[in-house]
Amino acid sequence: MALNVLALRKDFPILERETRAGVRVTYLDSTATSQKPLAVIEAMNDFYRQSNANIHRGVHTLAEEATALYEDARGKIAKFINAASARQIIYTRNTTESINLVAYSWARANLKAGDLVVLTEMEHHSNLVPWHMLAAERGIELDFIPVTMDGLLDLDAYRALLKRTPKLVAFTQMSNVLGTVNPAAEIIRMAHEAGAVTLVDAAQSVPHLKVDVQELDADFLAFSAHKMCGPTGIGALYGKAELLESMPPFLGGGDMIKEVHLRSFRPNTLPHKFEAGTPAIAEAVGFGAAVDYLSAIGMDNIAAHEHEITEYALERLEEIPGVKVFGPPARHKGGVAAFTLEGVHPHDVAQILDKDGIAIRAGHHCAQPLHEKFGIQSTSRASFYLYNTKAEVDLLVNGIYKVKEVFA
Amino acid sequence: MDDMYREVIIEHYKNPSYRGKLDPHDISFADNNPLCGDHIQIDLRVDDSGNVADARFDGHGCAISQASADLLVESIIGKPLEEVKKLNKDSILEMLGIELGPVRLKCALLSLKVLKAGVYGLGEASDELVE
Ligand SMILES: Cc1ncc(COP(=O)(O)O)c(C=O)c1O
Repeated sequence: MALNVLALRKDFPILERETRAGVRVTYLDSTATSQKPLAVIEAMNDFYRQSNANIHRGVHTLAEEATALYEDARGKIAKFINAASARQIIYTRNTTESINLVAYSWARANLKAGDLVVLTEMEHHSNLVPWHMLAAERGIELDFIPVTMDGLLDLDAYRALLKRTPKLVAFTQMSNVLGTVNPAAEIIRMAHEAGAVTLVDAAQSVPHLKVDVQELDADFLAFSAHKMCGPTGIGALYGKAELLESMPPFLGGGDMIKEVHLRSFRPNTLPHKFEAGTPAIAEAVGFGAAVDYLSAIGMDNIAAHEHEITEYALERLEEIPGVKVFGPPARHKGGVAAFTLEGVHPHDVAQILDKDGIAIRAGHHCAQPLHEKFGIQSTSRASFYLYNTKAEVDLLVNGIYKVKEVFA
Repeated sequence: MDDMYREVIIEHYKNPSYRGKLDPHDISFADNNPLCGDHIQIDLRVDDSGNVADARFDGHGCAISQASADLLVESIIGKPLEEVKKLNKDSILEMLGIELGPVRLKCALLSLKVLKAGVYGLGEASDELVE
């Protein structure tokens, strides 16, 4: 079903914002963070106005209500990615913290010097640095599935890496620069055949595609609410129950314990074992509202709309002399167009577009090694979500022609 | 903000007068802006009386970072090092003749940070150097 974009844009108050007099914002930076619909803003507002209290341990009405709302949201999130049970959803601050949780808890209990972790050349820094840190501390080895010049993972090279029996394969399901949607189910199946555990960085996939953790057979999967219409400050780690159960706690403190004595403690059961201290309660409620919002529209409809916009954007961008778009063709790609404009630094592109209210991002987008691979320092990146239109792509294209004039 | 891309900035960006390296040199220092990966290297020759005899910059980055490096290098040739040490944020903004928000200010100040770290013989180009 085609999205009624003009109607759903009304759900996002910020899209009416003028960034200067008479200039309405054209928000093409949802890969960095998405905008938030009223349903999410109001759910959080209502929580603070009506139900705010600390969760668990409380018997008064507000505490019970807050606990129920916090746990209901967990249930919605579990259903959204088809997790078998809500206790397999651990609330974290974001994707980065979810990956670090696996690196600190699972990896420190299971990896020793010389063990191989396979990553890819298209990872975000958040799925590189935790492993660099572990390599420095533990002497684990890292190797990388190469990215081809068309922006796809080289699966033959991956097959060869698997012969070295890695303990973990950690990869992004969708690149935040190239937009490449990787064949996650196949990557996971191959990893399992080689005896490796898998971690999926789903920061870009869960917001834009239908993700089913059971169909993927993912062992761990990490994502952030703020990229999927939810608030900042909250994310999730999905894990297979037997893995999560076998892992030592990550942070220690209140809520993550069953009992505490002066010299010992017993950890709580899942998911609380990994949620130390007072969590982001209102944010969890907002996360649940975001999942409701996206589910009501339908992830397949959202993906189809983004595909249409991306196809159009690639076609229009490639018409511009001097523009080079990175990454695979639209059929392998989510709603991301990272490009360079000959003779103009991406910062200058972004700055001049900003005059017309067009918000894109410039830089290495936390994927410096990927840019090195392509021999560039940085790119300009426009990204698309359910609320973007072809008319906005036209504004972007006209804006790029203006940039060319300034630098002519 | 509207005249951020004044002709003089575009001109210094596209046709810099002082881009290159000095070999031999007395001082050479390079650093990056981690936000955007802009990179600047500055080489200096200093004469016996402590004046900058010659200077060049090299690197890559946006129009603001590269134009301000070219303007900065132009402005210090012939000047005593003691005077170079006194340059700060305002000196750069005056040369550029524009106002900048906090993000682009980092681009504009990278060359001065690199220059001062080199002159003081420091290991890193830090923000305090230009405040
Ligand atoms: C592919 C990918 N992984 C990880 C992250 C990190 O997400 P967060 O900053 O929410 O932890 C991002 C966000 O930019 C991303 O695009």
